[in-house]
Amino acid sequence: MSTQNMTNGEVDVYLDYDEAISGYDPVIGLETHVELGTESKMWCGCSTNFGADANTQVCPVCLGLPGSMPVVNRAAVESTIRIGLALNCTIAEWCRFARKNYFYPDMPKDYQISQYDEPLCFDGYLDVTVETDDGPQVVRVEIERVHMEEDTGKLTHAGGSTGRIHGADYSLVDYNRAGIPLIEIVTKPVTGTGRLAPEVARAYVTELRNVILALGVSDARMEQGSMRCDVNLSLAKPGAEWGTRSETKNVNSLRSVERAVRSEIERQASVLNNGGRVIQETRHFHEDTGRSTSGRSKEQAEDYRYFPEPDLVPVAPSREWVDELRATMPEMPAVKRARLQAEWNINEFELQSLANAGAIELVEATIAAGVDAAAARKWWTGELLRVANESGVELDSLSVTPADIKQVEQLIAAGSLNDKLARQVFDGLINGEGTVDDVVTKRGLAVVSDDGALLAAIDEALAASPDVAEKITSGKIQAAGAIVGAVMKATKGQADAAKVRMLLLERLGVSE
Amino acid sequence: MNDLTRQTAAVLANAIASREVSAVEVTQAHLDRIAAVDTKVHAFLHVTADSALEQARAVDAKVAAGTSLSALAGVPLGLKDVLAMKGEPTTAGSRILEGWRPPYDSTVVSRLRAADIVILGKTNMDEFAMGSSTEHSAYGPTHNPWDLDRIPGGSGGGSAAALAAFEAPLAIGTDTGGSIRQPASVTGTVGVKPTYGGVSRYGQIALASSLDQPGPCARSVLDTALLHAAIAGHDPRDSTSINAPVPDVVAAARKADVRGMRIGVVTELMGDGYQAGVSQRYSEALEILRELGAEIVEVSCPHFEYALGAYYLILPSEASSNLARFDGMRYGLRAGDDGKNSVEQVMAITREAGFGPEVKRRIMLGTYALSSGYYDAYYGQAQKVRTLITRDFNAAFEKVDVLVSPTAPTTAFKLGEKLDDPIAMYLNDVATIPVNLAGIGAMSLPIGLAPEDGLPVGMQIMAPAMADDRLYLAGGALEAALTDKWGHLLIEEAPAL
Repeated sequence: MSTQNMTNGEVDVYLDYDEAISGYDPVIGLETHVELGTESKMWCGCSTNFGADANTQVCPVCLGLPGSMPVVNRAAVESTIRIGLALNCTIAEWCRFARKNYFYPDMPKDYQISQYDEPLCFDGYLDVTVETDDGPQVVRVEIERVHMEEDTGKLTHAGGSTGRIHGADYSLVDYNRAGIPLIEIVTKPVTGTGRLAPEVARAYVTELRNVILALGVSDARMEQGSMRCDVNLSLAKPGAEWGTRSETKNVNSLRSVERAVRSEIERQASVLNNGGRVIQETRHFHEDTGRSTSGRSKEQAEDYRYFPEPDLVPVAPSREWVDELRATMPEMPAVKRARLQAEWNINEFELQSLANAGAIELVEATIAAGVDAAAARKWWTGELLRVANESGVELDSLSVTPADIKQVEQLIAAGSLNDKLARQVFDGLINGEGTVDDVVTKRGLAVVSDDGALLAAIDEALAASPDVAEKITSGKIQAAGAIVGAVMKATKGQADAAKVRMLLLERLGVSE
Repeated sequence: MNDLTRQTAAVLANAIASREVSAVEVTQAHLDRIAAVDTKVHAFLHVTADSALEQARAVDAKVAAGTSLSALAGVPLGLKDVLAMKGEPTTAGSRILEGWRPPYDSTVVSRLRAADIVILGKTNMDEFAMGSSTEHSAYGPTHNPWDLDRIPGGSGGGSAAALAAFEAPLAIGTDTGGSIRQPASVTGTVGVKPTYGGVSRYGQIALASSLDQPGPCARSVLDTALLHAAIAGHDPRDSTSINAPVPDVVAAARKADVRGMRIGVVTELMGDGYQAGVSQRYSEALEILRELGAEIVEVSCPHFEYALGAYYLILPSEASSNLARFDGMRYGLRAGDDGKNSVEQVMAITREAGFGPEVKRRIMLGTYALSSGYYDAYYGQAQKVRTLITRDFNAAFEKVDVLVSPTAPTTAFKLGEKLDDPIAMYLNDVATIPVNLAGIGAMSLPIGLAPEDGLPVGMQIMAPAMADDRLYLAGGALEAALTDKWGHLLIEEAPAL
């Protein structure tokens, strides 16, 4: 249990998850925004590159200057259709953009061009697999719609103590992001997942991200904000009508999706069990606490005054084009996983672990770099996943590349590293100590391969345990382990155990 | 050559090309005329003398070098202040854009420059093109050169008055519900609203995107056609612009022939509510067309009576959204930024200070019409009416080649007369609005002076979408017949200033 201040309908003590879920059925809905990786913006030719100096990738169109007009980026429409096809959606034969009107300084036109009641793609689904006590279970998440819109600029609030707009001395706006193509993927309400709701939510976003990455339409980086997820959640007593939902924003990692759902179930159950009422509101998730705080209330729903965008003509993708795109779809992640299971000779559970860890592409790339399949899996799902989980980051944001693993494996094969030392190399890479060579050199990591040094250590160990030496020479070769262990300890692990054993037996004139 | 300011654009272009006169002389003559009379007329908000003379010098250099010239090279023009011109003030007649200089050219301006048409400056207009009298300009009204106590029409009163005052032989207007045609009608000049999408809107500060259309204005039908041809055509920056060849409007204006043409008289756009002298001149013009060989038939467009109502829902709805960007954050006026007010407060104070009453009225109307719960009853219903009006036109054009009506119910009214009565002001556009709702093209041309007040009367000719050439075919024929009758263009009868 954790505690929090009692403000604005917040609970001070959360029920724990088992208690919370025991009385309610959660209904979840996920809205995912993905910035498309097109060369140019949604309505103009400006670059979409991330990280340029503020307001250098702008023009009259994305600044919304008086008189400027948008023109639809065909590549963005194509990417959206491909996402729709991957999610088994119907592709509209004719649809329009709509204006979503609201005033905010990060929106140059004070309206966002989006799609309202005529999305480009609709009525699809995505099957995801979650682990249960009874083995893997497939859950079909139905997709309501996939629509196109534009991103906003980015506000930075200077001065003040909170870094938020309220209380800031002044605010700066960077419109480089304004007009970057954004697609929104909205699920239908997901019901019947019971206590698995957090895992289903995470598995859905993970699989969606896999699909996006397989299509190559976005880098889908949650930490950089090119993929963002809002979690809608309500609770219902079994068999009763759905409750009031909240929308949790600022959910910036796959792990947070799961945590945000779990936390919100705990919060709403606590409110309801205390006789309170869940209010319709936007909440902000905090990575550090794993809890959310109330944002603005949506009780008086904002009126966006949607109407069809008159500056753009309808989007009417020809059936030929859609068929062409359908025919050139890449292998979908689920199909690919079946293939990989066969190729890597692993079971569904093992592959699912790889998928949940976000490791499939990394393992593939590592194998492609020339590393043996078993070794590639071992590193990513063993040591590296452990580190990633410990530090709460995604596997692919660790600063370890497939090429690094290839190099480490080569060093192991050459006998200059062993597994234990390799783990230290990865630790160094993750700490930013430079390249594999840099870490090996700086940390002095090398298997002691000098026979003289090893023999000296063996002699020392034998002298310390004459009884063990006696046993070995009398034929009890299994006793050699104790001496090898002592040597490994003396050399701080920087020796090849097999070689130590060989030298030891030679020294004692024993053969196996 | 006699007074350079009293020539047609076609004559000036020929004179420049044949070195009879230099482009600099022509430009200077118009700049001098502006200096002499614009204190009375106030057609211009901003005169771009330096860049105009620079453009003129470039034309003279081309003439000297023997480079081939476009049809209107060196001819001066007044540009409605709603079109972006790089580096020059562009206010749309509003206080909220005071001091803003666009960093880019509208497509219309790019094409004018490419055609070597000399831009003299920015002409006055009702704020954000909302009005029928130019009295809603934040910078003071424009006066009708026929009678300085009267309005020059609106919203493009500055462009029309500049033509009528001989300050420019060409002008650009924009027409959302009649803002080119009604000013043309009340100033004795010619104006054409092309088919929607015929001229790029890129760089036109939007009033109502689905209705707005830039177009040519001049003192003769041929000049209007020459300017039309210079600015029309597909623009990849405006996805609503038509990607098809522009009808040959210049050839049509030269052919000027209505023999065998079926001309429909819209019965809903005549009779009650039209000034007697307007109706009289209109009947006479119809008779002339008949004499020229046209077949005149009556046509009913039963849904036109709902046009004004639909228009005043669609226009404010789109305008309320288009004008949202004027929030003081990025350009133009910023008010109330005292370090204490919140961003929302600064936005509200800026808009309160920067917009005039008519703009605020329409923003409120539009915001209401688009509101959740009212959308279907207002905006949705208006769109249905729009469809019905388009069907009325389609049915009419099954029977006739063009339709006609008086352009405006009255001649120019007095400044201030309708300023406090928005409905009376809106009713001025009753005949022009259906054209914008249907997206077709239409022309207004002078057909005489009303006997009771001696002020110009205009006739509106309407043609099916993408058949703008028919406007010039009929308008050219009528103008030729009237010029024969009078011995000159009607504008020659305007009083000296």
